[in-house]
Amino acid sequence: MSVEVPTSHRFPDNARAALADATLQRGLASAKLGFRVRRSEAAARLPEFETLRDEARDIKNHVLAHLDLYLEAFEQRVTERGGHVHWAGDAAAARDIVLAICRAAGARTVTKGKSMISEEIGLNAFLEQNGVEPVETDLGEYIIQLRGEAPSHIIAPAFHVPKAEVAETFQKHHKSLDPARPLEQPRQLLEEARAMLRDRFFAADVGITGANFLIAETGATVIVTNEGNGDLTQTLPRVHIVLASLEKVVPTLEDTSTILRLLARSATGQEFTSYTTFSTGPRRGEDLDGPQEFHVVLLDNGRSDLIGTELQEVLRCIRCGACMNHCPVFGVIGGHAYGWVYPGPIGAVLSPSLIGIEEAHHLPSASTFCGRCESVCPMRIPLPGLMRHLREREYGRGIPPAAQRWGLRAWAFLAKRPRLYRLATALPVRLLGLVGRRRGAFRRLPLAGGWTAERDLPAPQGPTFQALWNRAGGRRERPR
Amino acid sequence: MPEPSPNVALFVTCLADLFRPTVGFAAVRLLEAAGCTVTVPRAQTCCGQPAYNSGDREDAAEIARRTLPALEPFDYVVVPSGSCAAMLRLHWPALLADDAELATRVGAVAAKTWELTSFLTDVRGVDSVEAAYEGIAVYHDSCSGLRELGVREQPRRLLRSVAGLTVRDLGAPEECCGFGGLFAVKYPDISGRMVSDKADDIEASGADTLLAGDLGCLMNMAGKLKRRGSAIRVRHVAEVLANAGDAAPPIGESEA
Ligand code: SF4
Repeated sequence: MSVEVPTSHRFPDNARAALADATLQRGLASAKLGFRVRRSEAAARLPEFETLRDEARDIKNHVLAHLDLYLEAFEQRVTERGGHVHWAGDAAAARDIVLAICRAAGARTVTKGKSMISEEIGLNAFLEQNGVEPVETDLGEYIIQLRGEAPSHIIAPAFHVPKAEVAETFQKHHKSLDPARPLEQPRQLLEEARAMLRDRFFAADVGITGANFLIAETGATVIVTNEGNGDLTQTLPRVHIVLASLEKVVPTLEDTSTILRLLARSATGQEFTSYTTFSTGPRRGEDLDGPQEFHVVLLDNGRSDLIGTELQEVLRCIRCGACMNHCPVFGVIGGHAYGWVYPGPIGAVLSPSLIGIEEAHHLPSASTFCGRCESVCPMRIPLPGLMRHLREREYGRGIPPAAQRWGLRAWAFLAKRPRLYRLATALPVRLLGLVGRRRGAFRRLPLAGGWTAERDLPAPQGPTFQALWNRAGGRRERPR
Repeated sequence: MPEPSPNVALFVTCLADLFRPTVGFAAVRLLEAAGCTVTVPRAQTCCGQPAYNSGDREDAAEIARRTLPALEPFDYVVVPSGSCAAMLRLHWPALLADDAELATRVGAVAAKTWELTSFLTDVRGVDSVEAAYEGIAVYHDSCSGLRELGVREQPRRLLRSVAGLTVRDLGAPEECCGFGGLFAVKYPDISGRMVSDKADDIEASGADTLLAGDLGCLMNMAGKLKRRGSAIRVRHVAEVLANAGDAAPPIGESEA
């Protein structure tokens, strides 16, 4: 599965396949519960959690209102410390910049920490085509790289792979290791991957990581991980490249720590991730380690177009994954069905903005608006409201099928005309009530196929309430 | 102290009007028992959610604009549905925000609009009803009512006073039932799996009755339970609270 070619337009088929995948279904059922319980316990343990959410929202709103200023300040700080900032307008530009840096460094292999931006720009395939071998060092990313798959969750890329299959994958690919070694425990799997990766870390010429924050005040980039692989990725090779989208910038270290207090709690229910790593420029004279070159590639890829629009709020996202962990739709279809890099509610808002509403129109439509994502989003992003806005765009462009549009217009036409509505509904509802009376519900009904494919349609009682209220002489005007 | 006898407009909702008038009559009975004078304004149809949630903002705004005058003369507007009440309360103001005069008027109506059980308890101070129902019920919290209006304790408090009734919670009480309006029809496979998981949860609770405050969700869950041949009785919470069990068989059931 290549991430460069979205399959979001085939969402209904993708979803059907996911629903029929028994292994995936078992994994989803157990994994989502764990995430939800841990997040709610972590939030409950911190009395100021809700206040922090307000503060975090305000910080990002402020940044987005002055994005150019903070990005320039960030660039200046990085440059002062001997690093380089590269501005990439789109995915192709970002890929070219990374490749040019790799070529200049004479790199044959690069190690990589987890980076969603790398997925967004399809970096791995591009580097391979150009003779540079990318080696993923985050356990989840490493597993799916071996399997040739795309991530299915933004913080747990191998969310869809059951443990037993991880062991199989390792046995197949790790030819140099003892085939009799036990691989039942997560710990053993991690050790196994580490053993394989150790040499790769030393052989790599370039290390690429993502960034959770770019701090304008200091020019530092920050990543959070639980495996420590990010540290090795960025300190061992000669060249460190940070891939980040521009909305990752925050004004100060103080702001960073405010948002950090929300990030891990919302994501995994941890108070903090095991590693929080700051990188500030290349190695200085007195430093014991660190890269000789430090590059930050700042990706726009359509984001700046969102500033000042109804969709701006999505840029507050810190990629914690809470929205997908609590999403009832994601919970039954998993991440791959969404057909592009970002799944779940955040993907439903971000993907149409980045790859176009024509390609991704299903994603914001495939929501019940249950609102649970918004209720857990640490950055208070009104995800259902943004999805509704995207539906308005979809509707405005005439994307929904004609039959559906026609049905909606007809209903709206009646809903605007109460007298006509009462006339038009009374008889059909009465007839349906008569026909349905014997069984109480319909198993099948013309024009209701989508409904009755999965469930019965309870029959109307017969006369409408409006008709019965008239008949009973019920009050129609406010008494004086 | 609640006012002596407020004038309440009942916003019936299209689903109750067309599919289950019993819910409308039960709401009237409960409101009258709570000392209200109830009127059903003629000029009402649907709150506009089908259009609004399908991206047809213009029609949704027009429905709001045209329904508004019918509701303005009243002290309160009460809706036997969390999602329709939330539509009037939270989304109508957003739809009509561009016109200053309309914005003030819609704001006034929004501020006096309540979901039925929340109106009875939070505004009228009712904490018990005269009703009896033999059975063990699970209560499903509909998403809009729960998250947009904070309706959770109110129906349970009222149900506790129903003689003969035990109320339980579901294993995953915050999980959506998969209705989502047109979602259920546009993405039947996904919706079907969600309501199937919900039906599992309902059956595992050991309850013989399912109650909720939103007909959309109720029809979805009743339809699934019925399809499975389940004997669980499904009713709108107002029917049980108003002792209206004899007025109609449970949702999706035939007259015995
Ligand atoms: S939208 Fe909110 S909940 Fe979802 S990943 Fe972003 S920050 Fe987390």
